[in-house]
Amino acid sequence: MRGPGAGRATRLLRFVRYEFNDAGGPGMRLYAAVALSGFRRYATYRVATAAGVFTNTVFGFIVAYTYIALWNARPHLGGYDRAQALTFVWISQALLAASALMGGGFEDELQERIRSGDVAVDLYRPADLQLWWLANDLGRACFQLLGRGVVPLAVGALAFELALPADPLTWLAFLLSVLLGVLVGFGMRYVVGLAAFWLLDGAGLTLLSSLLGTFLSGMLLPLTVFPGAFGDVARLLPWSALLQVPADVLLGRYHGAGLIRALVFQAGWAVVVLGLGRMVQAVATRKVVVQGG
Amino acid sequence: MADALSRAAEGLRAYGLIVAMWVRSTMAYRASFLMMAAGNFAATALDFVAILIMFSHVRTLGGFSLPEVAFLYGTTSTSFGLADLLLGNMDKVGRRVRDGTLDTLLVRPVPVLAQVAADRFALRRLGRISQGVLLLGWSLMRLDIHWTPVRLLLVPLMLVSGAAIFGAVFVAGAAFQFKADDAAEVQNAFTYGGTTLLQYPPTLFATDLVRGVTFVVPIAFVNWVPALRVLGRENPLGLPPWADFASPLVAVVCCALAGLAWRAGLRSYRSTGS
Repeated sequence: MRGPGAGRATRLLRFVRYEFNDAGGPGMRLYAAVALSGFRRYATYRVATAAGVFTNTVFGFIVAYTYIALWNARPHLGGYDRAQALTFVWISQALLAASALMGGGFEDELQERIRSGDVAVDLYRPADLQLWWLANDLGRACFQLLGRGVVPLAVGALAFELALPADPLTWLAFLLSVLLGVLVGFGMRYVVGLAAFWLLDGAGLTLLSSLLGTFLSGMLLPLTVFPGAFGDVARLLPWSALLQVPADVLLGRYHGAGLIRALVFQAGWAVVVLGLGRMVQAVATRKVVVQGG
Repeated sequence: MADALSRAAEGLRAYGLIVAMWVRSTMAYRASFLMMAAGNFAATALDFVAILIMFSHVRTLGGFSLPEVAFLYGTTSTSFGLADLLLGNMDKVGRRVRDGTLDTLLVRPVPVLAQVAADRFALRRLGRISQGVLLLGWSLMRLDIHWTPVRLLLVPLMLVSGAAIFGAVFVAGAAFQFKADDAAEVQNAFTYGGTTLLQYPPTLFATDLVRGVTFVVPIAFVNWVPALRVLGRENPLGLPPWADFASPLVAVVCCALAGLAWRAGLRSYRSTGS
């Protein structure tokens, strides 16, 4: 397999042993190294990244034209003007890979390791399984935000009149909101991944999770456009923390206390889903016998 | 000529045998298959739910009513679903080039195209086709079309030609992966992106974009061009009337070009040697 080089893996392993012997437990430096290797792993595939950027951009154009027609017919639909609606389109394309809106990233790999029994090796490591995968996923998200997010958003801004903020603080709040969204997304995908301890074929659950993510994050249509009570409920679910909230933060729809509330909403869901992941992990590692030879 | 025909027949026979094997293998886990097919159905249905939500706010989109958009949606989904079912796994060619497993296919006495196309044949993709067919049926019941024999003939003609055009895109995309084995996602822009584009009326899009998908990557012939005739609407590019019947011809040309691209790609293949 091409990917992170064997040399790098050995160095990482040596580093893990060093941390274990020296400190008696994993430190922040270990997880930083895992995050860095997650970043590098995705950065290795330059052609794949370019291909992804191309596809995100093409989809951005297609969706943008449908939104123009919709907002021309109904200006201020969902509380957005046309420029804000178009900004929403390009933010969703920019975050599609980073926030893994349609799923993906690591849960297939985790499920495969559980199925093959390799997860036993992971559990032997002097590192926490959840934090290990979280560090890895944060590294991935960081690369994909830069590698697959910046260009589509820039192309969108050149081709259409967008409502991007001039205030650097709004951008900072947006990045924080994206980070919280990635945490929520990771938390949910981790639980889906762990389900492989009980289900030998986790493909059905992964598919369901990706469907919910696609629809309830607001990627197909902003949640503010969803009708009535359905929309109200959709905006309270954890998936809205992935895209709807970060997009609204960038669009400057939250100020002061409202902004704090939005971020606390995301942080609250992050705590809930990460806590759920810990519980499932505890049950899985205590009760389930790992298969393997 | 006779030689080429017999080779094509041989390829089709091999394709059928491999597909039958995968179908038997899929059916060994019937519950899993039913769940995945339902998931495939739901995945495409959600796209239409988004369109329904749009129409809960507006009466027409780009001058097209909901049944008219459903007609566009149903035709392209059915065509794309057929191509996806028959050739959808061709985007795995890049991976086979990377890990060297393409070599195994080269030494077997069966055309590589047939082997790659039938590999891991995913019967669950019937979910997408059935969703497209259902919507197409619903739209035909709701639409008030003045049916003439010509219009009646155009519907099956565009479904088959559309599937062939999307199939050509899949094969051309797979051929491209011989050059860039990591670039599998590029073809998603033309396959999934293409069918998403064709779900909406052409009146929504910039004229240059419509020109591009008519003359450069001619997916407009999957449904837009013939469907506008069926719906009794003007073509936004002012194409001559005979163009409405050009889909089969476009499909044949696309398939021929894709076949040439595939041959060129396969000839340029160098094994990783590992």
